[in-house]
Amino acid sequence: MRQYILRRLLIAGPSLLGISLVLFTVLALAPGDPFSDLATNPNVPPEVALALRAKFGLDDPVYLRYLHWLAAMAHGDWGFSFVSRVNVDTLILQRLPTTLYVIGSSQLLALLIAIPIGVYAATRPYSLFDQIANTFAFIGFSLPTFFTGILFILIFSIKLDWLPFVYSTDISGTGLARLGEEIRQAIMPVMVLALFQAASLTRFVRSAMLDVIRLDYVTTARAKGLGQRRVIITHVMRNAMIPVVTLIALQIPAVFGGAIVTEQIFRIPGIGSLLISSILSNDTPVVMAVTFVFACLVVFFNLVADVLYGWLDPRISLR
Amino acid sequence: MAPLLEIKSLKTHFATDDGIVQAVDGVDITIDKGETLCVVGESGCGKTVTAMSILKLIAMPPGRIVEGEILFQGRDLVQLTSSELDDVRAKEIGFIFQEPMTSLNPVLTIGEQIAESLRRHEGLSRKDALLRTVEMLKLVQIPNAEARVHDYPHQFSGGMRQRVVIAMALACKPKLVIADEPTTALDVTIQAQILDLLQDMKERFGMAVMLITHAMGVVAETAQRVAVMYAGKIVEEAGVDRLFAHPGHPYTQGLIRSIPRIDLDSKHRGRLETIGGSVPILINPAPGCRFAPRCRYAMSICTEAEPALREIAPGHRMACHLGEAP
Ligand SMILES: Nc1ncnc2c1ncn2[C@@H]1O[C@H](COP(=O)(O)OP(=O)(O)O)[C@@H](O)[C@H]1O
Ligand code: SF4
Ligand SMILES: [Mg+2]
Repeated sequence: MRQYILRRLLIAGPSLLGISLVLFTVLALAPGDPFSDLATNPNVPPEVALALRAKFGLDDPVYLRYLHWLAAMAHGDWGFSFVSRVNVDTLILQRLPTTLYVIGSSQLLALLIAIPIGVYAATRPYSLFDQIANTFAFIGFSLPTFFTGILFILIFSIKLDWLPFVYSTDISGTGLARLGEEIRQAIMPVMVLALFQAASLTRFVRSAMLDVIRLDYVTTARAKGLGQRRVIITHVMRNAMIPVVTLIALQIPAVFGGAIVTEQIFRIPGIGSLLISSILSNDTPVVMAVTFVFACLVVFFNLVADVLYGWLDPRISLR
Repeated sequence: MAPLLEIKSLKTHFATDDGIVQAVDGVDITIDKGETLCVVGESGCGKTVTAMSILKLIAMPPGRIVEGEILFQGRDLVQLTSSELDDVRAKEIGFIFQEPMTSLNPVLTIGEQIAESLRRHEGLSRKDALLRTVEMLKLVQIPNAEARVHDYPHQFSGGMRQRVVIAMALACKPKLVIADEPTTALDVTIQAQILDLLQDMKERFGMAVMLITHAMGVVAETAQRVAVMYAGKIVEEAGVDRLFAHPGHPYTQGLIRSIPRIDLDSKHRGRLETIGGSVPILINPAPGCRFAPRCRYAMSICTEAEPALREIAPGHRMACHLGEAP
C-alpha cells in the first residue's frame, strides 16, 4: 500500500510541472499583459514603459520567463499582482478558503443526498420511489447551475426575502450570530452546486449498485442468511463505491469549473471570481497562479481517488 | 421416517418480455437425512432454478414460485418471508455455487466471508469466528490456513476457491448442502479432488447432499439416488444402481449412452452418442411429453397427453408413455 501511494506521488510531481509549462506558454501567447495599458496611456512616456517592461522581463523569450517563474515558485514567490498591488499568494490565501468551504460543503451534501437515494432506489428498481428519484435526478441534471442559481435568488431572496443573495466577507458581529450569518449566506450557492452534483451522482450510484446486485457473490451472501441490510452494505455497496469514488474524483475539475459560474452569480469572493477579474484586467501573474492552484487541486484529488481506490479494491494495491 | 426435504409439485416461472418462462414446472424431489441425491439433466433444464427456489435465491421479480410446497423438516419454506428464511440459509441448508471465480466477494478476505456466516448464525465473537474459520479451512485442506485466512479471493486458484466456498457452505454444519455443478468450472484433475472432498465432508458431518450436475459420470461416482430432470420436470427417479442398470426413460438412456467410456480402448469406443436436438425454450410449451421432438420412440399419444410420474418398480419412478398399460 505504501509503495502504491509513493508511486502515485512520484507521478504527481512531473504532471504538475508539465501542466505549469503548458499553462505558462498558453498565457504568454495570449494577447495582452499587465503593462499593455501603459503603451496607450499618454501620461506615461514611452521610454518609461519600455524600462518597466525590461525590468519585469516581459519581452524575454517564453522559456526564459517560464524558468524565472519556476525559480521564483521554488522559493515560494508566487509573483506580484500589478492590479491589486499585493503579492499573489496573499490574494489567493484570501480567496481560496471561501471556495473550498463552498465546494466542500456542496460535495458533502451531494454525497449525503445521492448515496442513500441511489442505494435505496437500486434495491427497489422500477418501484415508485425509484421512478420519482429518477425523474428528479433527470431534471436536476438537465438544469444548469446558472439557471437554478438565478431561480433560487428570485425565490428565496427577492420573493421570500429569507436569504441574502450577495455574499459578504465582512460580516459584522461575533460568535454564534456571525457563524449563523456565514451559514445563511452559503446556503443558496451550496444548494445549487449540491443539487446539480447530487442529480448525476444519484443516477451513477444507482446504476453502480444495480451492476453489482446481480453478481454471483451477492447471491452467495444472500445464501448465508446475512439479511438484506448487511448484504447491501457490506457486499453490494462496498463494491459499488469503487466506480463511484473514481467518478467523484474525475468530476472535481468540472466541479471547480462550475464553481466559477456559481461564484459569479452569488458574488462569492472566491478563487473563481478572482480568476475572472484577473483575466478581465490582464493580471497575468494572478491568472497563472490561480490556474496553477486549480491544477494542484485536481492532481491532489486524483491522488486521493487513487489512494481510496487502492484501499477499496484489494486487487489493485496488492498487485 | 419423514424425509429431510420434500419438494411437492414446485413451479417457478419467470416473467420475460417474450412471455412466461416455465423454468420449473411441477417438480417433486425428496431427500432423506444423510442421503446424496443427484439431480441430472442438460443445461437449461431448470436445475439451478429448482435449487435456488428452495432458499428463495432467484431474482423476484422476474421469478415467482407460482405453486408447490418445499417442506424442510416439516416446515413449508415457500410460505416464509426472505428474512424468516435467513435463519434457514447457511444454518440449515448450505449452498455451493457453480462458478468459484465469481461466487466470492473480491473485496473481502476469504476469512471475513466465512466468519460472517458463523457470527450471524452461531453468535460467535470475532476471535472465535476466526478460530472456527481456520479450522474449516484446514478441514477442506487449504495449506497454511492460519496465514491464508487473511487473503483475498483473487490470490487463490479456481480449485482452492471452490474449497473456500465449500468451507463457507459447511461452516455452520447444515443438515443439507445443495451443490450446483460444483466441479463444472474446474479442470478435470481438480474435479475429482473436489468431489472426493465433498464426499469426505458429507461423511464427517453426516449431512444430506443435493448434487446438481449435467454429467452422468459424476452421478455414477457420487449418488445414492438420482432424479433426472428435463425441461422443468422430473422425468425419472431411482437408486443409482437401478438407474444405470435399467434406465427406463428414453432421455435417461440417451444421457447414459453419452458418457465417455474410458474403460474401453479407442477402437471399441466408437463415436460418442449424443442426444440430437436441444432443450426447448419453456415459453408456452406444446402439450404432451416435452421430450417428444427429440425422442426416437415417440408415439401419437406422446404429443397429446402429458405422461405422469408413475412407479415402474419399487423406488423407481418415471414419466413416459412407454410400457404403460393400454
Ligand atoms: N432470471 C431469469 N429470467 C428468465 N428466465 C430465466 C431466469 N433464470 C433462469 N431462466 C430460465 O430458466 C430455464 C432453466 O435455467 P436453469 O435452471 O439455469 O437451468 P440449468 O441449471 O438446468 O442449466 C432456462 O431456460 C432459463 O432461460
Ligand atoms: S412419453 Fe413418448 S415422447 Fe416422451 S419420452 Fe416417453 S416415448 Fe418419448
Ligand atoms: Mg445451472
